[in-house]
Amino acid sequence: MSLDRREFLKLMGAGAAAGIMGGCATTRGTAGKSAARVVVIGGGFGGATAAKYIRMWSGGQIDVTLVEPNKQFISCPLSNLVLGGSRTLESLTMGYDGLRAHGVNVVHDVATGVQPDKKRVVLKNGGELAYDRLVVSPGIDFMYDLLPGLNNEQAQQQVLHAWKAGPQTLALRKQLEAMPNGGVYLLSIPKAPYRCPPGPYERICQVANYFKQAKPRSKVLVLDANEDIVSKKGLFLAAWKELYPGLIEYIPSQEAKDVDVATRTVKTEFDSFKGDVLNVLPPMRAGSIAVSAGLITANNRWCGVDWRTMESVAVPNIHVLGDATLSAPAMPKSGSMANNHAKIAASAIVALLTGRQPNPTPIIGNTCYSYVSDREAMHVNSVHRYDPEKKTLVTVPGSGGVSSQRSELEKAYADAWARNIWADMLA
Amino acid sequence: MNKGRTLGLAASVLLACASLVAHAQGNDTAGRDLAAACAICHGTNGVNAGGLPHLAGQPKDYIVQQLKDFRDGKRPATIMHQIAKGYSDEQYELLGAYFASQTPGRRTK
Repeated sequence: MSLDRREFLKLMGAGAAAGIMGGCATTRGTAGKSAARVVVIGGGFGGATAAKYIRMWSGGQIDVTLVEPNKQFISCPLSNLVLGGSRTLESLTMGYDGLRAHGVNVVHDVATGVQPDKKRVVLKNGGELAYDRLVVSPGIDFMYDLLPGLNNEQAQQQVLHAWKAGPQTLALRKQLEAMPNGGVYLLSIPKAPYRCPPGPYERICQVANYFKQAKPRSKVLVLDANEDIVSKKGLFLAAWKELYPGLIEYIPSQEAKDVDVATRTVKTEFDSFKGDVLNVLPPMRAGSIAVSAGLITANNRWCGVDWRTMESVAVPNIHVLGDATLSAPAMPKSGSMANNHAKIAASAIVALLTGRQPNPTPIIGNTCYSYVSDREAMHVNSVHRYDPEKKTLVTVPGSGGVSSQRSELEKAYADAWARNIWADMLA
Repeated sequence: MNKGRTLGLAASVLLACASLVAHAQGNDTAGRDLAAACAICHGTNGVNAGGLPHLAGQPKDYIVQQLKDFRDGKRPATIMHQIAKGYSDEQYELLGAYFASQTPGRRTK
């Protein structure tokens, strides 16, 4: 038999009055009152996972409302394969019914503001949501003000980022298909930290893989704002040399300062580079709701958190997850990390709302696979534990590392990672 | 409300209460929290969604031994040897106990 919450609470009250459940009522401390309420802003790797795990770990006794504008989730991880042509965007697209089955109240709306003093979230469509604890998992937004020529909507429709999977992913694929054999695809990479450190280098592989098959006289030109390849350097260099000889030109220390859309030119400090298809990844910061909620604490970009609970260091009762956080040392902005941030937060929130102490020393891990072709992949991973003296998560000495070599076996493991993390957050 | 229905409800309420107490006491949250990080590849509560081994319902000693063998290089691996080095023997025990207590094929509850 199933009870809805109203019936359950009524029975809780009746039972306590009859003297059969006094211990239970005392333990919980909220019998007769309405259940504790958690609102989650953002239904990506962080927010969706938090919503599910708070329901699961509270035994369904905490109300969870997820605010997410999109009706469907589209995975950024694996979306480079859509550019390469070996995956469809549909295969990376999933709905939120699995979360509804966990009892999550999924609201397709935009959170436009947070009132921390009133503990309320303001929605675009006019409503408000009250919370006891708020989870903010807003992902990233782009700092187009640092690229004047791209700082208008029309320009942004022509020079794509495709760094949030969805319509831009398909549009960039179309641009690559329309490009003549012998053309130049130009990828501009911003200074770290940005979302998905190995992502740009994987994208280089995927576009080169498409060119190798479909238009082999073409070229991938990479302008990296960083001094060197940010992630899995040796493995990527080997893949480029052995799989795509002559197709890739990589230039480090070339930070995009502006873009001329009309002439398809990227301007760096001293040089200009032309391409037939421009793919510019602008500098990134925490998603805009983090700004308006007052959660930004570092470089006007990222949100500092207490890594034992993911609670904001700036605003109490608000927990921040994922790419929006000021990353702990050697911690990438990745889907795996956001998923595991969510579990730290879920554990802490359930503890705090049931009168227990949060886990004082959480341990989480990161695993990022990169697909270097339609057949092979490789990984980087790390284990992060809370250090009470340093008051942050640190990598466990001797743990973690990268693949010994790219392989078809690791491609199968990468596919399995995707299936499992998607199920872990949404099913 | 007849008597039978009342008794049924009381039993349900007691069951729900027992579940709340278990959650409130948090007996297994240390193992649970550690094990949650494994879910990104091995599935929620160790029930795999496809492509990698199920951990749910495996004997505790088996899980602990595999982690030690990965760590010590006795079992070949692409990635698990690197991950296993991130945890202590005591944490292996907690992980093993948690996964052993989970029901195979029952992904979430």
